[in-house]
Amino acid sequence: MPRVSIFVTCIVDQVFPRVGMAMADVLERAGCEIEFREEQTCCGQPAFNSGYREEARGVARHFLDVFEGAEYIVVPSGSCAAMIAHHYADLFPGHHESRVWEFSQFLTAVLHLEDVDASLDGTVTYHDSCHALRELKIKDAPRRLLQNVRGLRLVEMDAAEECCGFGGTFSVKFAEVSGAIARTKIDSIARTGADTVVSIDSSCLMQIDGALRRAGSNIRTMHLAEVLASR
Amino acid sequence: MNYQEKITGALDDPKLQLAIYTATGRLAEGRRKAVVADVLPDYQELRQHAHDIKKHTLDHLDSYLVEFERNVVARGGQVIWANDATEACDFVRNLVRERAAKLVVKSKSMTTEEIHLNHRLESDGVEVVETDLGEYIIQLAGETPYHIIAPALHKTREQVAAVLDSPLDSTAEELTAKARAALRKKFLEADIGITGANFLVADSGAIVLVENEGNARLSSAAPRIHIAVAGIEKVIPRAQDLAVFLKLLARSATGQPLSVYTSLLAGPRREGEPDGPDEFYLLLLDNGRTRVLADREKRQSLYCIRCGACLNHCPVYRKIGGYSYPWVYSGPIGKILTPQFMGIEQDPWLPFASSLCGACGEVCPVKIDLPKILLDLRAEVVARRKNRSELRAFRIFSWIMRHPRAYARMGQLARIAARTAPGAAKMFGPLNAWLSQRDLPAMPERSFRELWRDRKSGDPAGKSGNKS
Repeated sequence: MPRVSIFVTCIVDQVFPRVGMAMADVLERAGCEIEFREEQTCCGQPAFNSGYREEARGVARHFLDVFEGAEYIVVPSGSCAAMIAHHYADLFPGHHESRVWEFSQFLTAVLHLEDVDASLDGTVTYHDSCHALRELKIKDAPRRLLQNVRGLRLVEMDAAEECCGFGGTFSVKFAEVSGAIARTKIDSIARTGADTVVSIDSSCLMQIDGALRRAGSNIRTMHLAEVLASR
Repeated sequence: MNYQEKITGALDDPKLQLAIYTATGRLAEGRRKAVVADVLPDYQELRQHAHDIKKHTLDHLDSYLVEFERNVVARGGQVIWANDATEACDFVRNLVRERAAKLVVKSKSMTTEEIHLNHRLESDGVEVVETDLGEYIIQLAGETPYHIIAPALHKTREQVAAVLDSPLDSTAEELTAKARAALRKKFLEADIGITGANFLVADSGAIVLVENEGNARLSSAAPRIHIAVAGIEKVIPRAQDLAVFLKLLARSATGQPLSVYTSLLAGPRREGEPDGPDEFYLLLLDNGRTRVLADREKRQSLYCIRCGACLNHCPVYRKIGGYSYPWVYSGPIGKILTPQFMGIEQDPWLPFASSLCGACGEVCPVKIDLPKILLDLRAEVVARRKNRSELRAFRIFSWIMRHPRAYARMGQLARIAARTAPGAAKMFGPLNAWLSQRDLPAMPERSFRELWRDRKSGDPAGKSGNKS
């Protein structure tokens, strides 16, 4: 029984806690033993992406201290997982990180699971979050997991691989552009006829949901973990 | 207009938004169909190979440029080494004066845009005619190129008709025919033809022109004098290296397996040859390229073969359009070249005008790591500019994230504040900016760590967070 150390990410911890709980549910049902190391905070990406490497390094060092000795670190976010797996090497030359797994990656590549015995009625379209898609090469795994959810019909949007426009501080530094990109994204989502859009990144979902609500849409957003925890 | 005004102007123009999105979308879809696994199975290997050839060439640029010059001269051409825009333009202006040239025809060359060649020649009283259809249109409109390969990408058919003084319901064929007729005369009357060059082949002294309209060939062959202007980074070692680049360039740019015309030209017309100019000049341009070359990490920015794919896939370019960028090169490649050529202090906002989606790096045919360079440039801006309030904010962020109990407490307070005084969010700049475009998420009562503590202590309500 694999011992999994979950890194829920600061945004899930503080803003979308149900995503973390759902991920824990799915992992426990799959037979994992879960630990949540309470000293965890953030991966440091906001500082790193804004050019504040020294400040990011401090946060990253804290992360590495907290997760010392963990065998599997599972993260409900492609961007945070990519930050740790790829960009910690930019902060600590020679550093190599092989313990970090984005949630859907962990289920399919490590646990070899594609059916987690979930059910959710509805038509779902999947948004490929950029870091997951391009840095971690995650494309099929979430789709296979969704396809096995009973009652769920998966439809593809034409702009699935297009950025949602969040980009961290970009969303407020270039708010108008970020908003315009989001509106293009939600138009593509609406064209699918889906009632739900799913992603593996809460930051994307926050951006997309914010835009959907502002546009008065009834389409809801769900994190993949929440879908897979549904019964 | 500052960049914010330009961006707002572009975003507020629905016709422009539609034009940009559809045109770039068409080019991107073309590329996708041309590089997909069952059409070009070795696409990824080709990208790496192209990257490696460029790396090798730039690592030995001095000897390849010397070899190239030797071979151009051996074929009867002349090579001029221009350190900057002034030297480059002065050479052309002097030659024009010496030959008493009145009319110059040009094919599309972003390098000549870089040095403002047309403007310099026109102020000398020379008539300069752009012969690429898109360039011709924007020249008549008094505008600059909107996109690296599609200069008039921003124009609708009606706008083009207005520029060409044609009825607004003219078809694309009618407009093209009108332009063609006007341009044909110019080709035949021109004294000098000026082109760019997509590649400079060191082992043969040949230049390569990649085009769809035939105007570059005609500009190089009809007038008695041909001047080709090219950045020093355009060199490749051998003719057979073209096989790698030609398999990538047109596919990445438009989705064509090859552009309509690919010409290899070496020197002027020689004895017994039916076509070609009497005189051939190759103007090698530095204009800051050796400075970029000096940075071992960022010199890969010079690998660019000007395909425009990064523009077509950039969510930011597809919204703000070519004119929001400060220099002739727009899109992601423009974002990394501009600070390196102009100095990072000139447009410090530029590396931050990106959501870091990484699509540019994914589609670059020569595997320039654009996202990494953007991140490096951001760190450089921060190191140079010392934005005090931002530095303080991130120092606080770092401190909080290194002190879990303080972090948990701050989170609690923020969530309470968000729920009790939602209007207060408008007081904070970043939150106000967020709210200008979309709604804020509803803040939960309890954080994950609080729910987890309940779950561990056996509280059934803690399961799946249905208490939040």
